This record gives sequence, structure tokens and C-alpha cells, in this order.
Amino acid sequence: MSLDTRPPRQHPVRQVATPRERQAERGMPSRSLLLALVLACIALMVVDRTSGDESPVAPVRRVVGEVLGPAQAGVSAVLGPVVALPGNLRTNDALREENADLQARVDALEQEARKAGYDDNRMQEWAGLGQMSTGTGYALAPARVISYGAAQSFSNTVTIDAGSDSGLRPDMTVLNGDGLVGRILEVTSHTATVLLVVDASSTVGGRVGDNMENGMVEGQGGFAADEPLELRLLDDTVLPEKGQTVVTWGSEGGAPYVSGVPIGEVDKVFEDLRLGTYRAVLEPFVDFTSLDLVGVVVPSGGDGVIEPGAFQ
Amino acid sequence: MSGTQRLVAALVTVVAALLLQVTVFPHLAWNGVVPDLVLLAVVGAALVTDPRFATLLGFGAGLLLDLAPPADHTAGRWALALMVVGYVVGRLAHDHSSAQAGSARPAYPLMLAAGAGGAFVGTSVFALSGLLLRDPAVDVGELLEVVLAAVAYDVLAALVVLPAAVWVFTREPGARPAQVTPRTPRRTPV
Repeated sequence: MSLDTRPPRQHPVRQVATPRERQAERGMPSRSLLLALVLACIALMVVDRTSGDESPVAPVRRVVGEVLGPAQAGVSAVLGPVVALPGNLRTNDALREENADLQARVDALEQEARKAGYDDNRMQEWAGLGQMSTGTGYALAPARVISYGAAQSFSNTVTIDAGSDSGLRPDMTVLNGDGLVGRILEVTSHTATVLLVVDASSTVGGRVGDNMENGMVEGQGGFAADEPLELRLLDDTVLPEKGQTVVTWGSEGGAPYVSGVPIGEVDKVFEDLRLGTYRAVLEPFVDFTSLDLVGVVVPSGGDGVIEPGAFQ
Repeated sequence: MSGTQRLVAALVTVVAALLLQVTVFPHLAWNGVVPDLVLLAVVGAALVTDPRFATLLGFGAGLLLDLAPPADHTAGRWALALMVVGYVVGRLAHDHSSAQAGSARPAYPLMLAAGAGGAFVGTSVFALSGLLLRDPAVDVGELLEVVLAAVAYDVLAALVVLPAAVWVFTREPGARPAQVTPRTPRRTPV
């Protein structure tokens, strides 16, 4: 027999928790839980990423959306006005400033809108001139009508803002996007005087486009005359018909008139009983009271000249 | 706070944060960046509950964020990001509070620091997973810009959101982690 001579235990057995127990006690997630969650995330990503449109996540998304969608709409409707409140609280100064800004913008836009029609028309004129150049095959020097001769002088002339500096000479053909305007009488260095075809002293060789019959187109004088142009065919037996187009016949060397420029169309036909000839009244294509942009037929290759095929 | 109560509180908080984040805060967005309220809710929970709960909550909240309507990115990215946030913040807060001998509510600066850190970790993990998956296919510079803006905005939101979240999770006296897991003397001298 031997006595237990060991000293009595003064302390209870030391209770050592395993690391896992300690972690669980402290509320730590176990390693396996963490691993499972991370793997779950990665698996979800891979599945969603690789399966494209037929992702199994899509129906889940749909269900969550069905539940949360109305909630979102409700919250948005309820809190929207509250969020928008700061936008409504603004000082008088800020409002005045904004008002001034907007007023300035309105003014600018109105001005632009007023000019829009004018700009459109100018654009159309340029396009017409380009088209005319292409159609007739002549190079055109653009110019603007800057003044009309007074009616008291009984001549129908206009001044254009291009002259000898732009290569213009007397007896050049002037036309615009619609047709023949006239010819140049005189030039200065920066201006030129144009005799309109409606002038009483103007005679243009004209040709009916349909049957190539030649004739003379004579001006009757006056912009506002009812019958500004008259056509007398050289062949008395040919009867001009209403709606036929008359173009220039063309002079030798292209002066004063080049050939093939439309003048107008036959509007009325009269028979001169005494002479036994026909007289046709032409309706000119050009509106002579609102001439603005015109082109002068010049040799090709000059500075600022509209060549055939431009604007296309 | 009992388990069920805590679960309900977590659910309500996360859903409310999600709704606010996607409906109201876009009106207050800065360059399209909105504060991550859900992330802040997870951070708040992580500060005052145990890390395991925070991790699970982060996973769940992230999953919700991945699936709720405006989301179109690869599912699981926010789940991973918020899970990491919940774990990291929960772990740090837990260690800190055990060293500090358990005050119920963390100090205000600590909350802000946790919010900033959590926001940085969360948005970074999300952005990195996007880079790996080539999900939105943006370059790193742009990504960094958005991440930093998001962190800044999150800190701003954290000023209000974190105390609220912490309050929600510590409403009842029983919710204190110090009482949920009483600190028993584990190491007794031999």
C-alpha cells in the first residue's frame, strides 16, 4: 500500500478548448463555412457567366424582381417628392438668373428662326445655280444683284456685284438657277450692268426645244408686264404650242448669249392675221422682280467660279 | 437579441437599404456613383454581432443585391464582395472589442473607419471580380476612379447609416456580443 502522496489538486483540470470550439464560442465562422460560402459565390459566378441567356439565375432574378419591383416602385413614389424637394427650393435670384439665361436663349433661337427662311432660299439659289451649271455645262461666276434700274429710265437693267476684277466682260450671258436673266452691258472693276431679257431693247435668239425651230425672243419692257417676252418663229408655218420650252439658240463665240439656257415656256399663242405669222407669249422661268444670286457664264477655271458638277 | 429577432432585423435592414439604394439615392448620385447602403448595413451588423453572422449576412445581402431588379452583372459578385466585407470587418471588430473588454457600441470614429475600410474592400473585391470575369470590360483607371468615388461617398453616407444600423442590431440589451458569448476566463494559471 502506498499512500497517495501527491499534493492535492489545487485547481480544477485545465480546460483547454480546441481551436474550433474556441472559434465557435467567439462567434467565428468555421473554416469550412467560409470555404463553402466562397465556393458558392464562385460557383454562382461561373454558372451565371458560362450559361449565357439560359442561365439558371435568370428565373431567380425574375422572382426577386417580381417581389422587389413593386416595393421599389412604392418607395420611389413615396420618397420621390421628398428627394425632389431641394430642387424646388430655390432663391429668387437663382430663378431670375435662370430666367435671364432662358430669355437670352429664346432670343437667339428666334433670331435664328427668322433667318431660317432667308438662309433656306439662299441655299436653294446656290443649289439651283450649281444645277444650272451642271445642266448647261458652263462655268458660272456667282454674283449678287445689288441694284435695279429705275423704271423711269425705261430700261430694265440691274447691277451685279462682280466686275472686270472677276473676269467679267461686256456681252457675257447672265443666268440664275431658273433660267436666262440677260447679258452684261458694261463692267466696272467691281460691278457690272446687266440688261435683262425683258427689256424692250433685248432680243435673244430662241429655239423651241421640242422641234428645234428657231425664233427671236423679244422683251416687252417692264418687270410687271403681263406679257414680258414674245417669241416670233422664223418659219411662219410652224405653230408654237402652249407649254413648249424655249431655250437660247446661241450666238457665235458664245457672246452675247450662250446656247441651251432655258428662257421660258409658251403661254399663249396669237395669230397675226395681217402678216400670217404666229406670235407666242412666253412665261419666263426667271422671276425678274426677286433676282438675287445670278451667275455669269465665264471661261472655266477662274477664281470662285462654279464649275459644272459642283454641289453634287 | 435572439436569433430569430436578429434575423428579422437583418432582413428588414438589408431590404430597406436595398430599396433606398436603388430608388432614392440615384437622385443624389454623384457621377452615377451612389452610396452602398447595403454594404454599410453589413458593416454595421459586423461591428456589433459576431463574425459568423456578419459573414452569412454579407453573403445573403450580396446575393440579394445580385438578383434584385436593376442588377445585370454576373450573379455572385456582390455576394462574394459583401461576404468578404462581413468577415473582415466582423473579425477585426471582434478582436478589437475583445481587447477593449466589450463596450456595447463601438466609438463613432471607429464606425467611420470600419465603414471606409469596408467600402474600400467591398467595392474593390467587386471591381476585381469584374476584371477577372471581364464583366463590364472597363479599364483599370476608370475602375479605380469609380472605386475611390464610391468609397468617398460611402464614408459620407456612413456618418448616418452606420449608427442607424448599429442601433438596429443593438436595440435589445441581449444583443450585445459580450453577453451573447460571455467572456469566461479561459486561461487559468496552473
